[in-house]
Amino acid sequence: MNLIASSATDHRGLTMTLFGVFVLATLGITIWAGRQTKDAADFYAGGRAFSGFQNGLAISGDYMSAASFLGIAGAIALFGYDGFLYSIGFLVAWLVALLLVAEPLRNSGRYTMADVLAFRMRQRPVRTAAGISTIVVSIFYLLAQMVGAGSLVALLLGVSGDAAKRWTIVAVGALMVLYVAIGGMKGTTWVQIVKAVLLIAGTALMTVLVLAKYHFNLSTLLGAAADASGKANAFLEPGLKYGVTGTSKLDFLSLGLALVLGTAGLPHILVRFYTVPTAKAARKSVLWAIGIIGGFYLMTLALGFGAAALVGPKAIKAANAAGNTAAPQLAEQLGGGPGTTGGAVLLAVISAVAFATILAVVAGLTLASSASFAHDLYANVIRRGKVSEREEVHVAKWAAAGIGAVAIVLSLFADKLNAAALVALAFAVAASANLPTLLYSLFWKRFTTTGAVSSVYAGLTSSVALVIFSPVVSGGKNSLFPHSDFQWFPLENPGLVSIPVGFLAGWVGTVLSRRQADPAKYAELEVRSLTGLGAH
Amino acid sequence: MESPPITTTPSETQLIEESEEFRTLRRSFRNFAFPVTIGFVLWYLLYVLLSGYAPALMGAKVVGHINVALVLGLMQFLTTFAIAAWYARYADRRIDPSASAIREARGAVVHAPREAAE
Repeated sequence: MNLIASSATDHRGLTMTLFGVFVLATLGITIWAGRQTKDAADFYAGGRAFSGFQNGLAISGDYMSAASFLGIAGAIALFGYDGFLYSIGFLVAWLVALLLVAEPLRNSGRYTMADVLAFRMRQRPVRTAAGISTIVVSIFYLLAQMVGAGSLVALLLGVSGDAAKRWTIVAVGALMVLYVAIGGMKGTTWVQIVKAVLLIAGTALMTVLVLAKYHFNLSTLLGAAADASGKANAFLEPGLKYGVTGTSKLDFLSLGLALVLGTAGLPHILVRFYTVPTAKAARKSVLWAIGIIGGFYLMTLALGFGAAALVGPKAIKAANAAGNTAAPQLAEQLGGGPGTTGGAVLLAVISAVAFATILAVVAGLTLASSASFAHDLYANVIRRGKVSEREEVHVAKWAAAGIGAVAIVLSLFADKLNAAALVALAFAVAASANLPTLLYSLFWKRFTTTGAVSSVYAGLTSSVALVIFSPVVSGGKNSLFPHSDFQWFPLENPGLVSIPVGFLAGWVGTVLSRRQADPAKYAELEVRSLTGLGAH
Repeated sequence: MESPPITTTPSETQLIEESEEFRTLRRSFRNFAFPVTIGFVLWYLLYVLLSGYAPALMGAKVVGHINVALVLGLMQFLTTFAIAAWYARYADRRIDPSASAIREARGAVVHAPREAAE
């Protein structure tokens, strides 16, 4: 903590100023967007008026969370090659969204993921299940971001103590509710776009600075990183983090599966496809997102290995055991080192980018979950569709405040939880509960309401239960409850078991259904999803 | 207000679903999307399994400090970009024209004018 903390006071004022500018600018955008938000399609889907490129940037903004920016750079800096494995899963996952999900979803849904899942099923049971799983996935993801924000601020501003962490969590929570309640999808999307541009620019600047130090020769950079790591060539090979035992290898496979299948089931990503006018624009937004996110992850390679080579694992671990400050530390080093003006300026800039990243991601999550609460649970389940759009949007705004409050309170209690484990859990739930149901709904004619409800609940409960009985929660040194031991499931990530469970439950539920699927409803879904006929 | 979407009733859509044009469209989509998805998931899993269980192979040097693991990892990036570009081209040529032909035959240009007119 020393290296960062000692110079933290030098740059604190600058960081706060830069961050204040970001907050004011985005609040300005939000108020402007709020004035243009008139009906439900504006609030939930930004009027469906964004272009493919704009939405591609916004998707990248939603996806490149603090876990990607700080977490992956840190993981590469400490574990070398094994850190890079995350980025590959996170990127390849986009092909599932591109080929199977984005266009059919855009064509057949309206505001939420449940619109598609419930399209040809009985509304209330399926919307209830999909609404619950949307909110659960989003809350896990939200907790990860807010817990991360708390520790990050403490580290980067050099303020220690729980009070600073708590106020950060409360402030982040309050801001995200404002963005969503005032700006709706239009405001939130612009916040994502601004953040994505800042993040890409910051990362690109650091990448160029790192590579310039090694004459733009990747091999030289890798060699320097391997030397500085103290682990020689093993640093550049798989295995430092996941190759230790048979169990950790299986855990890696489980994580890989959850990453590649989870993205296309994340509700806050899925609702982004409704912000563009056509399926073709939805396709274009994924293509842009793949390019931007892929480029970003390639740059994290330079950041991570650069941090290992220039800052060194010892200094990184001293500042944060998980490596989360590797990127800001690298910025300080690139600017001229601790104590220099250049170092302080670059550190301040990158810290402000990291805050912007967290704020934008939490806003996207709050919007997706409050939309699902209002549109699925309130309007269609509780009021059985007998509710005006105005009232529905009104409920969504209050739901944003409610979800913000819940997230703030949970984050205050959960600040000992590991942020990366929470994100991986969100991906596992999305891959086990949402993706099987989505794919069956779109492509399997015989799929029934019972099948849909079974696969959502089985995927949801199996993934959450397996985590409860995993080393993440008890029985280990780094567990949530290190002093209890009710652990029996050996893997930290449940995906390897819970994803097949989700798929299997959907199939069994369908086969055992008393009611057959309605072929006419499937014909309607299929024609709409492939041709765009009747799309909203 | 979002104008009411063009309603499609089950009986109409069933007729479309049974038409030859729609069957061709569905075949073009599925014949690309399904095998390619299976292909890239297997290719990704192969990479994950090699990382876990074939450390010697992955650690072999290719040039300088660049080893097989890094080359295979970067190839995952390359194949992802390539498959995305391939699908974009394929969809432009094989999917979009037949989808819009069906929409037009149904007497409605579905998207742009309606949303833009609000």
